[in-house]
Amino acid sequence: MAPQVFVYVAHRDGQAADSALELLSAARVLSPDGLVIAMATGWGAELDQVCREMTGRCPEVWKLAHEALAYPNAEAIRKCLSGVLPSGAVLLLAHDTLGMDLGPGLSIKLDSPFVSDVVAMDPPADGALKLVREEYGGQVSTHLSCDISGGAVLSIRSGSFPASEETAAGEVRDKSSDIGDLSCGRRFIKIVEAEAGDVDITKEEILVSVGRGIEDEDNIEIAEDLAKALGGVVSCSRPIVDAKWLEKPRQVGTSGKTVKPKVYLALGISGSFQHLGGLKGNPFIVAVNKNPKAPIFQVADVGVVDDLLEFVPLLTERIDNQ
Amino acid sequence: MEILVCVKKVPDPAENEIVVRRDGSDIDRDDLVYSVNEWDNYAVEEAIQLVEEHGGSVTVVSVGDEESDEIIRRELAMGADAGKLLDDEAFHYSDGRGVAAILAHAARQAKYDLILTGAQAEDAAAQVGGMLAAMLDVPYASLVVRVRVLDQGKLEIAREIDGGNLEINQIDLPCALSIQTGINEPRYVGIRGIRKTASVQVPVLGAAELGLVPATVGRAGAKVRKLDYFVPELGQGAEILQGSREEIADQLIARLKGRGVIQ
Repeated sequence: MAPQVFVYVAHRDGQAADSALELLSAARVLSPDGLVIAMATGWGAELDQVCREMTGRCPEVWKLAHEALAYPNAEAIRKCLSGVLPSGAVLLLAHDTLGMDLGPGLSIKLDSPFVSDVVAMDPPADGALKLVREEYGGQVSTHLSCDISGGAVLSIRSGSFPASEETAAGEVRDKSSDIGDLSCGRRFIKIVEAEAGDVDITKEEILVSVGRGIEDEDNIEIAEDLAKALGGVVSCSRPIVDAKWLEKPRQVGTSGKTVKPKVYLALGISGSFQHLGGLKGNPFIVAVNKNPKAPIFQVADVGVVDDLLEFVPLLTERIDNQ
Repeated sequence: MEILVCVKKVPDPAENEIVVRRDGSDIDRDDLVYSVNEWDNYAVEEAIQLVEEHGGSVTVVSVGDEESDEIIRRELAMGADAGKLLDDEAFHYSDGRGVAAILAHAARQAKYDLILTGAQAEDAAAQVGGMLAAMLDVPYASLVVRVRVLDQGKLEIAREIDGGNLEINQIDLPCALSIQTGINEPRYVGIRGIRKTASVQVPVLGAAELGLVPATVGRAGAKVRKLDYFVPELGQGAEILQGSREEIADQLIARLKGRGVIQ
């Protein structure tokens, strides 16, 4: 028997996140013909709006309204969901900063297995699910098996499943009266928006981006020289900001800026999905990396397998001499 | 503040090219250089800084093999006060839940105000911290990039959310936090520092010492099992330029000219 599959719909400003439709596609793998139930937590008119939106996609949408859920505090959502989900449920959620906060602990409270950051899966057979995850920043993948006979919590990587095109004339079921005590030891205070910085890399057409392969703070100059020769600016991946070699506003990625340049030169960047998640608009990607197996070469248009510290100064010099 | 930090020994991504063994059973572990998981190292630094400012002690704990005492000693050299290695044949092939259960038993052996883990390790599962918190029934926050001690047993913490925005929360102690990279600048540990801790005996605790039923962890208790490793095929990939360094540079310049990047 196919498991009862639920999709947790994250939302903002009364609109379902893009992940919701991808989760519905993933749910179809688990339950090809069965009922998939969408559920949303929140409060007030925004929640109503999201639930209505989802009825166009799902026959059944569970509305879970509570004042304590007005901001998506994972601690309160966990209590809410562990109280209302039936035993044996398989819950899908997005592997984003809310899903990472919510999923692992929820699986414990539901006494279900947990698999995070799933990029693919096969239809279940005999109560077991075969899934694909990535390790080592995408350098290798693994197949896993997960016993879902007693339910499961699975978090799904953004972009791994197509947006569902299914439509429905569904209805909202208000399950709010099933919500128990949501008091918890963590209280949301506020959001502090990221600082702007001296350049706005989101508006640049040519980005010369550096990663771990730059090796040393002094070598950033190599990228700056190339950027100058090309009329672009320098951006970077997360490790460079962690090392405080460049400011946070220069970071490309899901935890940094989303950029849409015409040309993107990735120097010494391995190409983790968090980094690539910040790269939109189908730019022409040039990758320079010592490691021929770096995942960046899978998405780049042109690749140079070489030490950037040797190659890039030579490239800059030859551009300047033109 | 009594702080427990959970650390893991992993192949150092900066030092190794990760290759899958021909039979797909594992990555090739011959000649791998291991180090402490990068995220965990930030967690240890954060714990040490909190204790330097507010008093208390830092205990480092690792579920690992006998060679994991190296990384525990490294964290002792950094300034942690005590270390424990959780090693037992029954622990091998634990899934995330199994690892969290082992750590939870270790955490219950003393009264900790704060438990820190790295936000993720080499498998990017980002799961053990949240599971551990749920098992211990303490509040949890993930992806923490700032910790400030408030009075009355509370912390103010900042979580890094999408777009580099920060989500500010108050959280009651005791609690568990997963630490994101960049929260601090982990101090350098030199060879001399590590040598000083070489003679320290790191206590090893197994299932019996932790009061754990062996069948609940390890391969026996795992509901999630790794079947194999493989290298993903993602389309055709980049056109890799060939030739001498100079020839490659000129080919690349031609491509960039074609795109109007260079006039």
